[in-house]
Amino acid sequence: MKTLCILLRKELLLFRANKFIPILALLYPCVVILVIPLVTTMDVRHIDVSVVCRDNSRLSRDIISDLAASEYFSVTTAADYEAAMEKIEDGTADVILEIPADFQKHLESGAYEMPGISANGVNGTKGALGGRYVAAAVMGSVAKSLGTTIPERVTVTYLYNPELEYRDYMIPALMIMLLIMICGFLPSLNLVQEKETGTIEQMNVTPVKTVTFVLSKMVPFWIIGLLIMAAAMLLAATVYGLVPRGSLASIFIGATLFIFVMSGIGIIIANFSAKLSQSMFLMLFIVLIFVLISGLLTPISSMPSWARYATYALPPRYFVEIMRCVYLKATSIGELWSQFAALAGFAIALNVVAAMTYRKQA
Amino acid sequence: MRKSFIAFMRKEVIHILRDPRTLLIALLIPIVEMLLFGFAISMDVNEVELMAAAPRMTPAIESEMSRLAHNPSVSFKGFIPTSEVEDRLRSGCALAVVVFDADYDANGLSQVVVDGSDPVVAQTAAGYVSGILNGGDGGRMPGVTILYNPRLRSTYNFVPGIMGLIFILICAMLTSVSIVREKETGTMEVLLVSPIRPVMIVIAKMIPYFLLACADLALILLLAATALDVPLSGSMSALILVSMVYIILSLALGLFISTITRTQMEALLISGMMLIIPVVMLSGMMFPIENMPLPLQYLSSVVPARWYIPAMREIMIEGLGFSHILPELGILTAMAVFLVIVAIKRFKTRLE
Repeated sequence: MKTLCILLRKELLLFRANKFIPILALLYPCVVILVIPLVTTMDVRHIDVSVVCRDNSRLSRDIISDLAASEYFSVTTAADYEAAMEKIEDGTADVILEIPADFQKHLESGAYEMPGISANGVNGTKGALGGRYVAAAVMGSVAKSLGTTIPERVTVTYLYNPELEYRDYMIPALMIMLLIMICGFLPSLNLVQEKETGTIEQMNVTPVKTVTFVLSKMVPFWIIGLLIMAAAMLLAATVYGLVPRGSLASIFIGATLFIFVMSGIGIIIANFSAKLSQSMFLMLFIVLIFVLISGLLTPISSMPSWARYATYALPPRYFVEIMRCVYLKATSIGELWSQFAALAGFAIALNVVAAMTYRKQA
Repeated sequence: MRKSFIAFMRKEVIHILRDPRTLLIALLIPIVEMLLFGFAISMDVNEVELMAAAPRMTPAIESEMSRLAHNPSVSFKGFIPTSEVEDRLRSGCALAVVVFDADYDANGLSQVVVDGSDPVVAQTAAGYVSGILNGGDGGRMPGVTILYNPRLRSTYNFVPGIMGLIFILICAMLTSVSIVREKETGTMEVLLVSPIRPVMIVIAKMIPYFLLACADLALILLLAATALDVPLSGSMSALILVSMVYIILSLALGLFISTITRTQMEALLISGMMLIIPVVMLSGMMFPIENMPLPLQYLSSVVPARWYIPAMREIMIEGLGFSHILPELGILTAMAVFLVIVAIKRFKTRLE
């Protein structure tokens, strides 16, 4: 215990002597929590509609002016379909709306042709939702002019995030992203740095136990990780008014387990790297996988089934579920026990491996 | 002059070859991640995990439930009493629950209760389910034709994004240590007294990594065309040219980072860890740029990937040629030239 305290003091001195890392650990979380939530909106707004109108009637003019009045669309007109396609190609239009000739006349006689809607599918979400929004807006205008409304048999209620604010969904995930980066990259670089400068040999000839030494490399980052978590939650509460609906305890238990997992991975990678660049590349490999396919940015349910099963091997998957459930749905620890158990299992296994793969002899 | 340049380049090649593990990792990461992300990342809502609830069971509800259960876009999880609706949604057993009205047989009313945590998934799911309940064909609504990406496979959409992400990170990390390492090990002084000019040093440091990155580019394009079925219908020469400019830009960015840092650790943290966030978040890879607040839209224009990714989308997916990507190509070229010049300038000041 006493040796551990002395080693921790050494780490603290090194941390303070380094000008770059303290600034990084302080500024990085602030910038991420303050700026990135403004970026992460998936709302499909600003849909550029190019209208090809072959029907010079009051109804068609109503459709176009209703579209233009909506905050979702900005409307331009094109002479024909080819001209509209050109707009899609150079990116100035997302959706083409084609109103067929004599649309109003045929509509009133009952035998009518539906307007054609084509959406640019390169961005799948925007194409599909944008096309559907235009279709709904056109039908709204038609219903208004016919004087009939389509009766609603089915009503939709959104629970937990009734304003459908994407930001509230992403901020808990951004906190996890911070922990992945800070608690993964830093411990691993810290240990490999000692290897490169050769000071690790001096450590190895001392009677300090492997476990104590490895602990001294991890504990500082556990503390930093928890501080970052607390700071990020505070920022989210003051700036965005987002506070967890569930218990703080379950968030911090989850965060602690997840920080153990990340620092364990960092040490394992350091144990297998001789150079800083090697450890950095390996860590990057893992961080990208964690960030991109653990459900943090894109839903796991959208993945093909083999990838869905593979995500069970990714520790952040469980923490992402815990954070979002506790933040938005006030889910209790009891309901999330399997996620907590999985995270704890990973934490123990990875740290045992980290301590075992550390070799005193080169 | 030429001889010393070649000798210097040889020195860099030896540096790279002496560390075969980093070389191997740098070659393998792009390929493995491309395959993994190309197949796995998707924003589509495939199946809605759905449950049904009603105060009491009637034949009409039963037939409606079997219709829901047989729909391919629904994964039906069973019937629950109305008191359990919230519990099931909170614990994540279901994404949505259809609650049939007590008088469903008479009035046909129903309510779809959706877990709104993820607004995009929630809205899409609500659209699917209310579409089915409304009578399958969605009533009298105009059909929407999807151009270019008819099956709405978002793989298409993500392949250019992943390329933009991987190239800039790997290239910048590779070169970011190359000058700072010389400073750390003390060989910088030897370089400074040698007669070779800084321009030559910077270019000689870039060429071997450029070749390495081009090998990665070739492998990734091969994978995109064969394994991932990306159409690659546009101009191949435009695709290769814009990618090469982007690679040079990324290598120059790494060298620039190398000239402003004091240790390898700092250089790697900047080129690896700090770059990830702007490249993922501000490039339009995941989040559309036009949705961002205006100041951030301006900020995004200094992120090189923000220009590379749309250019690649236009070539790879929309099948367009040179003339459509000229603005992006111009901006990327200007950025690359600027970074190379700054890296050389910064290198020179160190000489004096």
